[in-house]
Amino acid sequence: MTLEQAASAALAAAEAAGATAAEAWAEEQRGLEVRVYHEEVESLTDAGGRGLGLRVFVDGRSGYAYGTDLSEAGLRELAASAAAGATAADADEHDGLPDAFGATPVEGLSSPGVEDWPTERKIDLAVTVDRAARARKGVTQVEQTVYADQRGRAAIANSFGFASAYEASSAWAYSSAFAGEGADLMTGFGVGLAREPGGLDPEAIGGEAADRALALVGARQPESRRCPVVLDAFVAASFAGFIGGMLSADAVQRGRSLFAGKLGDEVAAAQLRLADDPTDPGGIASAPFDGEGSPTRRNALIEDGRLATYLYDTRTARKDGRETTASATRSSYRSPPSVGTSNLVLDPGESTLEELVRDAGEGLFVTDVAGLHSGVNPVSGTFSVGATGRLIEGGELGRPVREITIASDLVAMLKAVRGVGSEARWVPFGGSVKAAPLLLDAMSVGGS
Amino acid sequence: MSLLAPELAQAALGRALARGGDWAELYAEERTGFAVSLDDRRVERPQSGHEIGASIRLVSGESTYFGHVDGLAEPDLLALADSVSQALRQEAREAVAVHTVDPKPAFAVAERPEHVPAARKVGLLRACDETARGAGAEVAQVSANYAETRRVVAIFNSGGFAAGDDRTRVRLGVQVVARRADRVETGHETRGGHAGFELVADRPEAIAESAARKALTALDAVDAPAGRMPVVVGNGFGGVLLHEAIGHGLEADAVQKQASVYAGRVGEKLAEEFVTAYDDGRLPGEWGSDAIDDEGTPTQKTTIIEGGRLTSYLYDRLRAHKGKALSTGNGRRESFRHLPLPRMTNTYFAPGDATPEDLIAGVERGLYAVSFGGGQVEPATGDFVFGVSEGYLIEGGKVTAPVRGATLIGNGPEALGAVDGVAGDLEIATGFCGKGGQRVPAGVGQPHVRIRALTVGGTG
Repeated sequence: MTLEQAASAALAAAEAAGATAAEAWAEEQRGLEVRVYHEEVESLTDAGGRGLGLRVFVDGRSGYAYGTDLSEAGLRELAASAAAGATAADADEHDGLPDAFGATPVEGLSSPGVEDWPTERKIDLAVTVDRAARARKGVTQVEQTVYADQRGRAAIANSFGFASAYEASSAWAYSSAFAGEGADLMTGFGVGLAREPGGLDPEAIGGEAADRALALVGARQPESRRCPVVLDAFVAASFAGFIGGMLSADAVQRGRSLFAGKLGDEVAAAQLRLADDPTDPGGIASAPFDGEGSPTRRNALIEDGRLATYLYDTRTARKDGRETTASATRSSYRSPPSVGTSNLVLDPGESTLEELVRDAGEGLFVTDVAGLHSGVNPVSGTFSVGATGRLIEGGELGRPVREITIASDLVAMLKAVRGVGSEARWVPFGGSVKAAPLLLDAMSVGGS
Repeated sequence: MSLLAPELAQAALGRALARGGDWAELYAEERTGFAVSLDDRRVERPQSGHEIGASIRLVSGESTYFGHVDGLAEPDLLALADSVSQALRQEAREAVAVHTVDPKPAFAVAERPEHVPAARKVGLLRACDETARGAGAEVAQVSANYAETRRVVAIFNSGGFAAGDDRTRVRLGVQVVARRADRVETGHETRGGHAGFELVADRPEAIAESAARKALTALDAVDAPAGRMPVVVGNGFGGVLLHEAIGHGLEADAVQKQASVYAGRVGEKLAEEFVTAYDDGRLPGEWGSDAIDDEGTPTQKTTIIEGGRLTSYLYDRLRAHKGKALSTGNGRRESFRHLPLPRMTNTYFAPGDATPEDLIAGVERGLYAVSFGGGQVEPATGDFVFGVSEGYLIEGGKVTAPVRGATLIGNGPEALGAVDGVAGDLEIATGFCGKGGQRVPAGVGQPHVRIRALTVGGTG
């Protein structure tokens, strides 16, 4: 049975089970993962799978079931479970299928390289990343290097007659390098993301892991201070991802977002522009339609420092009397659609990282934060996170520092943005984020 | 129920070894689950899942070749075995015949969750909602979630070994938001175990009461102090500090890659005489317990620290072979789609002689960290950061004002060496542990423990 056939059979089963409306999401994918240690294959995983998730509505109540058995019998069981679940739920007048469906053409989601490259060549790529990291003087260990890819298809069908499908591929590699020894051991992470293995630069990925570790060797806890802070692209992405999550209308409506009631308000410095863009082929999360079949589009979230919109799916949009922003995401067929970000894009600015550091004068350059998700109060936005990086002294990067805490609140931080870097890149932190370095006005930096 | 005929398992293992390899393993699994939540007084998101699949692992020297497939159909399993075998170009090896596996529950399940009508599960959520809302006028929002899972697994390896397990887990969690003017605080509580519905059906209100109390208390919180000070860590979920800052560093994969600050330190005295800790996958009904690990090795109680000395790492088969040790039954995996890794089960400090009051009375000025919102650790260095979700000042040997925004920053071995008191009130709490992209249930626990000095990153 093809995915489309399974989706259509699932809809028929849902109707037979008493559903008044239904939506099926079927997926199949195949992926390869190579883990390399000491330039040798530690593990090679070659695997595939397929499954289907079925969302049913029974008189305003919704239920969800997923499974891997796509036979007629398997789909009947799924439909029965979803319908039985729905009877336990409370009715939600806003919930239901979208009013409009469609697919936005997004070019370049799938690349033949993932399929065309033989496994040996992908192993070589991973070994090259590993070797590049190990080759740097001062690197004491490369804990792990990974190459992975995936190609897959997703098909949606609903009881309003909409049916569509798309294919996508992705390839990524990362490496984790150590420099220094004993209590002075520091780690560095390098990563690359593309649509196919040919889009990855193995030397750059390995080199980045090594360089990030080497830059931190000898790090000590600095004295507490209040100073300008430069966040590198990795760290900026982590914060952007957290902020993106707070912009979900679901979080807002449930009273779990510091952005509640702030639509149109000034929430950031004027030069900060943040968008969610599922139509950018460079972003791994791009797709022609969202998790409930609404055609995707770019959504400006923060423009000229003002909060332009929240992210909506059909249910949250109806509740607010607005239109969906096509932001119903699915992590896989195992999850019903829920509001979330696709690819967050932080608009790059004019300054190079060097210039941001020079503008900071005396400050802190942060290359890693720890505890973001435990250290932030999502409602008030206050946070306290651990940080690692380097001091900025006389407008240049100085000695490495660790065991620092940065405490502030997110809106104050967004308003403190004084410069956005020009060197934007896709990173897998905070979801899929195209991030650039950020220069922030004085923040409280805790040390000894 | 038997997931897979032994003849098919043996045939697949034989095909996997057709081009060589030291050994091969077939892991078959049927997973079912149901979850439902309540938010803003509304019951929503009922979700059921049913997955069946298998994976084959082929080990040759230091390399592992792995693949998985949905379903247990014979042609698919044999094709998977053929595909995995392609990695090698050596002499074929035979797979020894395996016996039938009949997975059975190892822990008591008095009331099978899947036989309980959804309405009763929803009833638990509504009871929690009502209790939490009744705890105080400042309770602004309540959410509750219920989840049950059942994993029936059968494991066969080419050495002729076969084992099975039938695992049922239930969990009930409550989150409460309390509001006073502009102040908004949250409180969480979770109860979970390797057990049946009876675990959550017994006084579910207690979970809601605890979550509400935490949120309401936090409304009075003052900014956390900053600096180095003694810290008394609460029992139960406070054990996440042990799990993160020490436990992960004892997992043999990290140790063998010199990616752990504890590598090469077995036998070394890292803590005071009265400090002992275990990883115990056999504790009846606990969240991190299973009869066997995901390689079929029976779980066990492993002493990781005894009398202050580091006594053992935690091994799966692969790392045990490499380290010339025996597996400690810690080869765990999230599902048939994942490779096993050395993972903790239930990890905890053994109870000591002190009382929590003794530990607190000995602190002139410090922090009482009752529970954590989460944390992060770098196993290579042992450096950790934890967000304190419920904390209090200790002043003059007494617990005083609640604090907010406290973060604990430190280093695993240093903190372990600084443990200067252990109480007797051991409790194990429900945690989820993430590693290598895999999430498994892990029990975290301890009695009250005092650390002589730790850096507290506060907002005040």
